[in-house]
Amino acid sequence: MSVRVLVPSGVLGLGFDAEALAEGVRRKPDIICIDGGSTDSGPFYLGTATSKYAESVCYSEWSQLMAARHELGVPLMIGSCGTCGADAMVDWMYEMTVQIAAEQSQSVTIARIYSEQDKSVLKTAINEGRIACLEPEIHLDEQHIENITHCVALAGVEPFQRAIAAGADIVLAGRATDTAIIAALPLMRGADAGACWHGAKTAECGAFCTTHPGSGVILLDIDEDGFTVEPMASEARCTPHSVSAHMLYENANPFILYEPGGYLDVTEAEYSAIDDRRVRVEGSRWTPTEPYTVKLEGAVLAGYQTIMLALIRDARYCQNIDIWVEKLRDVSTMQIEKVMRLNRDEFSLEFRLIGKDAALGALETASGGLIREVGVLVIITAQSQSEATEISRLINPYLLHLSLTEDEDMPTFAFPYSPAHTERGVLYEYALHHVLHLSSPTQGFRMQIDRV
Amino acid sequence: MPKLADVAHKIRSKNAGPFWITIDIFCPDRPSFDIVCRGLSLSGMATLLGVPQHQLYRYDIDDLNVVKFSMHRTHIQGSRYDRDMHGAQMALLCADIELEGAKTAITTTSKMRPT
Repeated sequence: MSVRVLVPSGVLGLGFDAEALAEGVRRKPDIICIDGGSTDSGPFYLGTATSKYAESVCYSEWSQLMAARHELGVPLMIGSCGTCGADAMVDWMYEMTVQIAAEQSQSVTIARIYSEQDKSVLKTAINEGRIACLEPEIHLDEQHIENITHCVALAGVEPFQRAIAAGADIVLAGRATDTAIIAALPLMRGADAGACWHGAKTAECGAFCTTHPGSGVILLDIDEDGFTVEPMASEARCTPHSVSAHMLYENANPFILYEPGGYLDVTEAEYSAIDDRRVRVEGSRWTPTEPYTVKLEGAVLAGYQTIMLALIRDARYCQNIDIWVEKLRDVSTMQIEKVMRLNRDEFSLEFRLIGKDAALGALETASGGLIREVGVLVIITAQSQSEATEISRLINPYLLHLSLTEDEDMPTFAFPYSPAHTERGVLYEYALHHVLHLSSPTQGFRMQIDRV
Repeated sequence: MPKLADVAHKIRSKNAGPFWITIDIFCPDRPSFDIVCRGLSLSGMATLLGVPQHQLYRYDIDDLNVVKFSMHRTHIQGSRYDRDMHGAQMALLCADIELEGAKTAITTTSKMRPT
């Protein structure tokens, strides 16, 4: 018994080597699995239920994967559709799939799995004590849930398995763990659970577990004892180091991976080179846990932003930039309170000094030396867009002309364009770091099947 | 005094979800791994990274010659005070650490288990 899984890349939209995909198809996999999203792109995408990646790119890549699936006659599955995995993004992938099927004259059964969770479900779960916070803890109450624009639960393998069992050729899932997409079929066929989850974790970023991360395509063979991983690009190699090091990647704990329904422990995993490009892994352990939990992700509307940028080239101002920016902050805050009659908790001002410490702030360790030029990025957050922009108009003359001392000529700094302000729209923030207890692994994951 | 960047061959920092940043320090061989293990202290790293010590976890992974630190994010990814959405600049902060400057002795654990 062995199940062969082809993973074309770490995420749809990131690109893969067409030759490597063709090689993967020649190896006759049992399924093609790809991830479609992540929180790593930031809260905006979940907040708005939109995709980070270009539709044209996703369409082109999905066309190639649908053609490969058609040639092989095996299932094709994607999870976390459209970056955030919201319901609207599952439908976005569905529209694409229907259009490509028509273009390629394919007749396919498409399963859609929806992961979005209703606010009323979450409120009930809070009251029933079925929501638990992960480390680090963040505050959650009913008002927070009320402010959420979109909330998703990360599906485990079971919703995928239900879609495969229902005869789906193509599975389009909302938010799911990266690994569940890949582990679902091998687990159904009786492969070792530790091997399924560890193999899935190894391949979830495509060729990141190889010497050539950009080449994309990975092949997994998973059986009762372990798994074998091999890159499909001719120049790429898997080594015991490249494979084991992938457990570190974007993973706080390098030995334990928590998943819906249990956790993977790779402490005892043994990595061995079969040849110079394939690695065999055995000894990974899966421990089921009760109750069955799924992780939640939610984005809230946290305000509205308007930004400004000024460039300071004057040597004396560059040398004294900290003093100047504190003066700018004080005069701006005072005027906003006095003239706009806003309280300090109704707005926030961030001044990022580009060229000095914009990326690290107070953590910056480099000091001294000549600063030739400073970009002052002003980020204003307020309770409405018009208020944020009104604040920017109020700050504008100070940002352009504020002098270091009172007994000197008024300076004029560089505004790089007109108007000096830019409306950024809504600020979304992540608001959930919790797990939800389910009474069954498919609870709350709705499935829709269509034949087109 | 050697800097961490002179001894390690790669230092990477990434988000591990929106609430954590994880820093992987890859050493080319066992001797350099030992130098890095000895030269870094949890308290020194916590000060450098601006987090309380109990929000910082350390893993010395001798199989890979990797020292890994995982920390709570001071600001949740993408929130209004976050300066670096992907957390990747923490690696640059670590690169300049002067290794012999560490004062606190550290305990090396080869592998961690769930608690």
